[in-house]
Amino acid sequence: MTETFYDVMRRQGITRRSFLKFCSLTASALGLGPAMVPRIAEAMETKPRIPVLWLHGLECTCCSESFIRSAHPLAKDVVLSMISLDYDDTIMAAAGHQAEAIVEETIEKYDGNFILAVEGNPPLDEDGMYCIIGGKPFVDQLKMAAEHCMAIISWGSCASWGCVQAARPNPTRATPVHKVPGLASKPIIKVPGCPPIAEVMTAVVTYILTFEKFPELDRQGRPKMFYSQRIHDKCYRRPHFDAGQFVEAWDDDSARKGYCLYKMGCKGPTTYNACSTVRWNGGLSFPIQAGHGCIGCSEDGFWDKGSFYQHVTDTHQFGVEANADKVGLAAAGIVGATAAAHAAVTAIKNAQKKGDQDQ
Amino acid sequence: MSTKTTPNGYNLDDSGQRVVVDPVTRIEGHMRCEVNLDEENIIRNAVSTGTMWRGLEVILKGRDPRDAWAFTQRICGVCTGTHALTSVRAVEDALKIEIPENANSIRNIMQLTLQVHDHLVHFYHLHALDWVNPVNALKANPKATSELQQKVSPSHPKSSPGYFRDIQNRLKKFIESGQLGPFKNGYWTNPAYLLPPEADLMAVTHYLEALDFQKEIMKIRTILGGKDPHPNWLVGGVPCPINVDGVGSVGALNMVSLNQISSIIDASREFVKNVYIPDILAVGQFYKGWLYGGGISGTSVLAYGDIPDRANDYSPGNLLMPSGAVINGNLKEVHEVDLRNPEEIQEFVPHSWYDYPDGVKGLHPWDGVTEDNFQLGPNTKGTKTNIEQIDENAKYSWIKAPRWRGHAMEVGPLARYVVGYAKGHEEITEQINFVLKTLDVPVTALFSTLGRTAARALEADWAGDKLRYFMDKLIANIKAGDSSTANVDNWDPETWPREAKGVGISEAPRGALGHWIRIKDTRIDNYQCVVPTTWNGSPRDSEGNIGAFEASLMNTKVARAEEPVEILRTLHSFDPCLACSTHVMSEEGRELAKVKVR
Repeated sequence: MTETFYDVMRRQGITRRSFLKFCSLTASALGLGPAMVPRIAEAMETKPRIPVLWLHGLECTCCSESFIRSAHPLAKDVVLSMISLDYDDTIMAAAGHQAEAIVEETIEKYDGNFILAVEGNPPLDEDGMYCIIGGKPFVDQLKMAAEHCMAIISWGSCASWGCVQAARPNPTRATPVHKVPGLASKPIIKVPGCPPIAEVMTAVVTYILTFEKFPELDRQGRPKMFYSQRIHDKCYRRPHFDAGQFVEAWDDDSARKGYCLYKMGCKGPTTYNACSTVRWNGGLSFPIQAGHGCIGCSEDGFWDKGSFYQHVTDTHQFGVEANADKVGLAAAGIVGATAAAHAAVTAIKNAQKKGDQDQ
Repeated sequence: MSTKTTPNGYNLDDSGQRVVVDPVTRIEGHMRCEVNLDEENIIRNAVSTGTMWRGLEVILKGRDPRDAWAFTQRICGVCTGTHALTSVRAVEDALKIEIPENANSIRNIMQLTLQVHDHLVHFYHLHALDWVNPVNALKANPKATSELQQKVSPSHPKSSPGYFRDIQNRLKKFIESGQLGPFKNGYWTNPAYLLPPEADLMAVTHYLEALDFQKEIMKIRTILGGKDPHPNWLVGGVPCPINVDGVGSVGALNMVSLNQISSIIDASREFVKNVYIPDILAVGQFYKGWLYGGGISGTSVLAYGDIPDRANDYSPGNLLMPSGAVINGNLKEVHEVDLRNPEEIQEFVPHSWYDYPDGVKGLHPWDGVTEDNFQLGPNTKGTKTNIEQIDENAKYSWIKAPRWRGHAMEVGPLARYVVGYAKGHEEITEQINFVLKTLDVPVTALFSTLGRTAARALEADWAGDKLRYFMDKLIANIKAGDSSTANVDNWDPETWPREAKGVGISEAPRGALGHWIRIKDTRIDNYQCVVPTTWNGSPRDSEGNIGAFEASLMNTKVARAEEPVEILRTLHSFDPCLACSTHVMSEEGRELAKVKVR
């Protein structure tokens, strides 16, 4: 009989006290109050480790690399004590047909009861043979696993949106998971980002295990708890935006003072992610804090929205830029103008995005 | 069925039992390997196939060259950053942009941090299970493991019998739960595993310790680049400004963050010296009779060099990592490599799923053509979408075949160390001699699977030492009054020439990496990457030379044909990165049907 999460922890020499401490850390990582701790503990005491098949399509493995950088919980504890990571070709001992046999075995043994985690995406052209697993197209493996899983987690921007290989002209017809033709209709949780933040990834897993339900998703299928606010909304440099204090050139005096990077092309105002709140690598920093603008890596099609620095350099191509300058000027002089400015920028960006889709 | 001898000296015989490994796991990306075994289970023919393809070079066409680092960085999220670094160097070379000394030090710190992290994670989490048997660790006496630990690494604090007993208990419960996770279907009864139980327990314990520790190392790059994987870079320098004493210093690279980096450097060096190196030596003691897998590492190796001491000088004398080419096994002569010479580095495609206008000739990367042509040979077994056996006499891989003056070359830590040894690089020679003496093996033992694995560990140690060197250099430069981190003189595209071309290099953890760029009217006109696994994983070329992976598998004895642990062990020793090697791609659609030929 499979053990519960709590059994495993106890039998691994972890005390009840440490277990409860772990539950409380999990609660705080999820932004939940102390009242939730007993509920997390109870959930973990009564559940076996859930099998996970973690498949890799066209990708760069940055999602896996991010995952192992998680501080709370540690990747080690996720893999040893929370889930049963039965297939992940990046770390599994088995290879070849012994590896492939695990997919079939899991499907047979846990039909409808395992989580399918997808890193990367399938290319559809050339009959899928731009990505081959076991001599067959990756898309076949993906569809078979999807048919039998309980739910799908689309890790990162590849699985969620298509990401870099799907940037124009998308040479292999790389296709995000939810758009794969003929894919079984299953709940899909998108966790976009290139890569997603480590603690966001482990929190999504922990949330599902703890509350026995999927996180509340927005209209695009992303967990609301992490993707409902723009980076700009919670950016620690936001007061400089409001005050009209901008970096004008790399390493200028304003850069050294930590002014707003908006004019250097920062996509924080149009990017929904938790970078400015959860931050990266154990809450240490995030791109803007280290002096570079956000490139919007968790947004759909972020590779095809002009240069990452376009605000300064490509004003002729994108009419929005003239407006953005005005935003800064206006913000400097007019109290209360920022809300309107933001609305304007968002409206323009949305229009631009719509234009992209129409093409 | 046939037998033949390749120009680089391998006798291929495909008459015996064919063994297929697909997917090859514990690598980055997707690859397949097929071998033929003779009656004594010795590999007599080896075929390596890259099984994925994305096409970033085509996607780059027409984009802003200053953005290229972000695209190319997504070639690989494991060696994250090394493509970005190579890309900004290529653009700076093309546009003649010089970067400040502080930017050079910071870039070196980021690259060296990657070397330490990548090598450590490779050994413990991708490679160790080829040498270490976690199931066998259950039989260990924790007291014996404790004694072993104290013997091989007296300075490592985690060495008590109780500590190892706790880990063993955790492992025991994990395995007894019946949910084996990543250990499922491993080859745990295979006689190819040679460690005694106490060493297995020590190594499994360090697998877990390293998994916890590795995330600390990369924090250096989070401070300097904002996040990791995929930190931020900048053409002309680095994006993080330095401000140690003025208004707003809390928002820049300041005393706090410099201290954080410094502490992490110390801890990382300690981990490598107290855990990684002793483990390699311990594993080496038990496996030093298993010296298969050398392949072409003793005959043909290539390094571009990296880690410029002073900014903007990429000549061999200024690169702290050695550069050069050794051919025909002549270690007495190290050739200089000219990245701009069209006769030196060329890529061939007769056995790759691409077409050239002239199918036989090789092309220099500045003139690179990438037009895909997925077709299987007449002797393929299976169908187009269900390949049972590949036909290596036809096209059989998504990887091109790069050659240096016609030679198939090995790149990577071992290649760098062979080049360094041949050139008399003081630190490298000292490190190699120490290992040879400790293990009591001759210098030829270097040219092996184990040699590759050992060179990687030594390089992690070397990189840790150089981290300290560049951290001190950075602080000294700031102290001398220089806080500059970016040169923006040529940031504006209006300052650029109408046409320009450049090349950028680095030594990625997996080996020599080059990006070649052509810029026209401020946009990318052509972009070509020749990456480490393209060299190592290359298929045959026009002359029939086999590549480094294939050569390394030749003549290895396999204990059990159905459990290819020896094949995995040798392939993993290269740390294959398939997303890197197979990103070249032609475009889809009529209007872009041909890549420009120049």
